[in-house]
Amino acid sequence: MDKPEEKTAYLDEPEKLQTISKTGFFEHRGNRNNMWRLFNFVLLAAGSLLILSPLWWMFATSLKTMAEVMSYPPSFFPKSWEWGNYIRTWQVAPFTTYTINTLTITTLVVIGSVLANSFIAYGFAKIPFRGKNVWFAIVLSTMMIPGFVTLIPQYVLFSKLGWVNTYYPLIVPHFFGSAFYIFLLRQFYMTIPTELIEAAKIEGASHFYIWWKIGLPLTKPALATVAIFSFNGAWNDFLGPLLYLNDENLYTLQLGLAVFKGQLDTQWNYLMAGSLLVLLPVILLFFFFQKYFIQGINLQSGGK
Amino acid sequence: MRKRKLTIRQKEGIYGYIFIMPFIVGFFAFTSGPLLFSLAGSFTDYNITSRMDFVGVENYASLIGEDGLFRTSLWNTIYYVAFSVPLTTLGAIFISALLNQDVPGLRFFRTLYYLPAVLSGVGVYLLWMQLLEPGTGMVNLLLGWVGIDGPNWLFDPDWTKPSLILMKLWSVGGSMLLYLASMQGVSKSLYEAAEIDGASRWRQFVHITIPMITPVIFFDVVTSLIGGFQIFQEAYIMSGNGEGGPANSLLFYNLYMWNQAFENFDMGYAMAMSWILFVIVFILTVINLKLAPRWVHYEGEDK
Repeated sequence: MDKPEEKTAYLDEPEKLQTISKTGFFEHRGNRNNMWRLFNFVLLAAGSLLILSPLWWMFATSLKTMAEVMSYPPSFFPKSWEWGNYIRTWQVAPFTTYTINTLTITTLVVIGSVLANSFIAYGFAKIPFRGKNVWFAIVLSTMMIPGFVTLIPQYVLFSKLGWVNTYYPLIVPHFFGSAFYIFLLRQFYMTIPTELIEAAKIEGASHFYIWWKIGLPLTKPALATVAIFSFNGAWNDFLGPLLYLNDENLYTLQLGLAVFKGQLDTQWNYLMAGSLLVLLPVILLFFFFQKYFIQGINLQSGGK
Repeated sequence: MRKRKLTIRQKEGIYGYIFIMPFIVGFFAFTSGPLLFSLAGSFTDYNITSRMDFVGVENYASLIGEDGLFRTSLWNTIYYVAFSVPLTTLGAIFISALLNQDVPGLRFFRTLYYLPAVLSGVGVYLLWMQLLEPGTGMVNLLLGWVGIDGPNWLFDPDWTKPSLILMKLWSVGGSMLLYLASMQGVSKSLYEAAEIDGASRWRQFVHITIPMITPVIFFDVVTSLIGGFQIFQEAYIMSGNGEGGPANSLLFYNLYMWNQAFENFDMGYAMAMSWILFVIVFILTVINLKLAPRWVHYEGEDK
């Protein structure tokens, strides 16, 4: 059943997908293009300063004293670096509780998204059955439905179930798959040759076994993309917690940050310290797992 | 023999439905069921505690005929979509065109430009509220350096929506990556042929690159139109927890719907609103699909 050489061969495909070739199409023209390349480079460098400046500003502001935040004209570099702002921020609001709550929700959402979407995508990609195309069209069409149309009835449903002020409404729906991830994983499953699955079936393996033992391991890179995207989505979700959570002990970081803004109003040094702390995990995740972010985008564009 | 084959196929059919069952259950429980409920509810005066009393088209009639705030919120949303969609599309194409020129440090720039796209949520909204502070924020400081006296951004009804569009432009990196991937897939032989014919760089871009990436432009425009009409979180935070901002200039469609549904608990009314939005988005998507064959260029097999 285990065929290591073949495995690596299939894994090559997604790797190819995520590497954007460095070769531009003007390279063969030679030196007279150096000026053009320099011009592009300068434009891009200037642009990246603009892109980065808000993040630097957030960091700088988080270290300023309140007097300096309010002083005019504002400065790009804090006069004194008040690292204590971070400690005070953490103490002013129950950020520890918020973090634990957020991690609980995101972990379960990620598990649900990875398992459910992979399971469903396997069905769409690797099992022939009648009505498949119709159901796949339905999957795609759910992407077109504005979320707010179902938001109110879902709230009614969950409140009748007694789920308001619990994490269930934020977690349970993720165990039923979502169109974008199903689409993404199906694309990826398509690159796995059907012969591999046929061979396993001839040896008497059931589809559950094949999905668990062959499907999951072979689609790891795409599952990483789903995991990262769904982590990001759950971590940044504000609307869901705002709607369903009333008890402050259940608040997530996003909700906590909004409450924090209400309390501190314009104390921007603490607000920026809090914002930076909430964004930091996402920034770190991005730098460490960048290729999976980019792979997700490429899988998306490959199918359109 | 034939009979046996049939049972295998039937078995596969059962397996298929077992595998997609989570989606089917979720689709009925969280999508189509709620859709029907909200369609029915939009003709009632439902407020979650009450019975659902049929009121006919009263909700729709008063929304379209009487409700000034409904019109304001629709106008605000159309304004936002009309500017943010073309601007972010052009911005993303522009940056990806720059990145597609074999510049040194491509990977570095690509990472940097993409970074803001993965950042979202309340932290980012608070950051932009600070950046846009008229006296002490960074944006007006930078504008001051080039001699521009910056506006009052989130405090001036005329500038609140441009503020949000500016924030959106910061994170064009997401669609930039889509365009870049598509541009890198364009066959080099096309450019080589154009080169031999003496086509300038600009003409190559307009006559080769743009047509070849039209499928991605189409996808980007359709999804960002749908997304743009649903703007909510940004407006909720940046207008002071759902109050709609100065002169209701940030009262977007979904924000008004939210307030009707969850502040006033006028859910029948809000569900009628949601269906009007659904119809608007649906019509726009259909128009897009109808117009697509005129300008979207699908290549059978290039590469």
